[in-house]
Amino acid sequence: MTGKELRKKKVPMPEQPLKERTKNFREVPLGYTSEMAVDEAKRCLQCKPKPGEKYPPCVIGCPVGVNIPAFILAIREKKFEDAVKILKEKNALPAVCGRVCPYENQCEGRCTLGAKFEPVGIGWLERFVADLEREKLGFRAPKLPKPTGKKVAVVGSGPAGLTAAAELAKLGHKVTVFEALHAPGGVLVYGIPEFRLPKEIVRAEVDYIKTLGVELKTDVVVGKTITADELFAEYDAVFVGTGAGLPNFMNIPGENLNGIYSSNEFLTRINLMKAYEFPSYDTPITVGKRVATIGAGNVSMDCARSAFRLGAEESWIIYRRTEKEVPARKEELERAKEEGIKFVFLAAPVRYIGDEKGWVKQAECIRFELGEPDESGRRRPVPVKGSEFTLDVDTVVVAIGQSPNPLLLKLVPGLKTTKWGTIVADEEGRTSVEKVWAGGDIVHGDATVILAMGAGKIAAQSIHKYLSKPYKWQSA
Amino acid sequence: MYEIVSKEVLAPKIKQLEIMAPQVAKKARPGQFVVLRIDEKGERIPLTIQDWSPEKGTVSVVVLEIGKTTKQLNSLKEGDRLLNFIGPLGKPTEIEKYGTVVCVGGGVGVASIYSIARAMKEAGNKVISIIGAKTAELLIFEREMKDFSYALHVTTDDGSKGQRGFVSNALNKLIEEGRDIDRVIAVGPVLMMKAVAEVTKPHGIKTIVSLNPIMVDGTGMCGCCRVEVGGETKFACVDGPEFDAHLVNFDILRARNDRYINEEKAALHRCKIPDEERERR
Repeated sequence: MTGKELRKKKVPMPEQPLKERTKNFREVPLGYTSEMAVDEAKRCLQCKPKPGEKYPPCVIGCPVGVNIPAFILAIREKKFEDAVKILKEKNALPAVCGRVCPYENQCEGRCTLGAKFEPVGIGWLERFVADLEREKLGFRAPKLPKPTGKKVAVVGSGPAGLTAAAELAKLGHKVTVFEALHAPGGVLVYGIPEFRLPKEIVRAEVDYIKTLGVELKTDVVVGKTITADELFAEYDAVFVGTGAGLPNFMNIPGENLNGIYSSNEFLTRINLMKAYEFPSYDTPITVGKRVATIGAGNVSMDCARSAFRLGAEESWIIYRRTEKEVPARKEELERAKEEGIKFVFLAAPVRYIGDEKGWVKQAECIRFELGEPDESGRRRPVPVKGSEFTLDVDTVVVAIGQSPNPLLLKLVPGLKTTKWGTIVADEEGRTSVEKVWAGGDIVHGDATVILAMGAGKIAAQSIHKYLSKPYKWQSA
Repeated sequence: MYEIVSKEVLAPKIKQLEIMAPQVAKKARPGQFVVLRIDEKGERIPLTIQDWSPEKGTVSVVVLEIGKTTKQLNSLKEGDRLLNFIGPLGKPTEIEKYGTVVCVGGGVGVASIYSIARAMKEAGNKVISIIGAKTAELLIFEREMKDFSYALHVTTDDGSKGQRGFVSNALNKLIEEGRDIDRVIAVGPVLMMKAVAEVTKPHGIKTIVSLNPIMVDGTGMCGCCRVEVGGETKFACVDGPEFDAHLVNFDILRARNDRYINEEKAALHRCKIPDEERERR
């Protein structure tokens, strides 16, 4: 590759060969070597803030405000420890973000280079730095301030909760995180597959957060194992980051047939319970030869790709709009296509037909055409009368989004929620109940890891203000 | 880690484990369940809470060996520890003074009806209990149930104890005798609960059943435990586990409970603990 080409395109990242990767759950992209990272870092133009703006464009695009030009400069100068420090200052989960962030819409989407060429591979560089720290340099706990004596409870150990916890701990508060499942990480451990985000990495990042003095209590269902009242009595502030854990179904006939999973169940069995290692691990999963995933978000791509890895011969994604409207990240869509996932656009199931033992054998679908734009600005899909067709399937994964899990919400008197079941919170994350903050999917509906982290960070700063000085509470 | 503080054999393949779990013990109510996991490779399984002691900090469950995990669980000894023990989950039984309440338990379901019957009696109800098993040696908690019950009826499928037949037959007899019954609560195998529902429905007797679908998380996150009640999909783990028996689609529940039968066989086949070793323990 000549120097000139190098400037136009990102230094490519090595990855598992296509043929092999659909047969295992190992990570697909393999990461940069130091040489590759330095070469890529050289592409950065080190932009200054535009007139009237506080930060360079890429930093404005980062929900947690990482000083991107500075850490890239450190890589270019091979000062890797400095790069780690700069990154960690703002981002407690860089190895996670370097893998699952939709950079193309965020930092890289605003990269000056991107106007003409490929943007700088900021996500890949972030991943490189985080991996180098974990694998070679080792974690270093930052200096912590004197304890403030204030106690904060964080409910949920997903991206929002972990970020809020790390921020608060760095500010000297005593933080306890409560997690209902047996492993911390929330969607990072139950939702995102190993081939996109190895669980080892989540564990390592959680361990780092523990070194900040954060206490993690797993197996605790707030509202059941301990009540909301007990939390309020014991803690000076509470952050709710319980995510969007309630799977949506379409409520069409036959949806409770065997072989039909919610994406949450399908992915939880695979990722949290390691069903792909059954029977060495005890949790089973049944995946047939012909698998249909309904919906085309990132979660759908994860399900369809997992199905291949579990022995499916055909894996379809059925989506009622067209490829243009697909909500998944472009990179995820491309990977799914490469791996041989077939897309049925402009269609959706209307009912499932089962066999005599109660297992799904066919999905009856209907075709759609795009009509007028709806309130989201996307053209509304309209069913075409008489266009029904059937698809022979033996496994279906319903991946049409998640709603907030209502378990906890019912138990906090006065906590205002929207008609979608999300918590009402202001721009600082304050809810309608004093000393309760919320952030992440429980506020925004199901979105991305980094947005949840951004919300956790903002709420942590607001909590810090509340705990630090005379403060007048304002409800959302 | 959750220590097994005592273990008792109740019947062949049925054991009672008392587990140290103070947080769960403090909050447990009749009708609730726990989700547990034995070790790092283990699956999460739901088990009804049979009894609990906030003072001792313990929770008891009754385990019938049916698959790999339940076999492994029953092979554990006092002093062994479980990796995870989460609860109490699900909504508690609605306990009120209804009048005459018939508590029906079949098989290991008797372990679940036990604390419900006790609470119903404490709430001032006249409790009539019907408990049944395949055969006399599989009948559990007979003596204890007698303590809570104004009258106790026993059935066995083979007639080796009490009335020959099913608990639903005994219930039918009570109704035909003209007993005034304000509420029936039944816990047991799916077919038994279905039969109970069919017996009470024509008489319009309010009947509650506790459903036992397969679960993963037990907190409403995965939808594995979805059941059809009154034509709507419900999650047994958070909306239940108790539902109006006359609205439950038992056929779907039964089909769904059978969906890992082949995998269960495969897991058992490879079960790491040989039978002889289990015997010695």
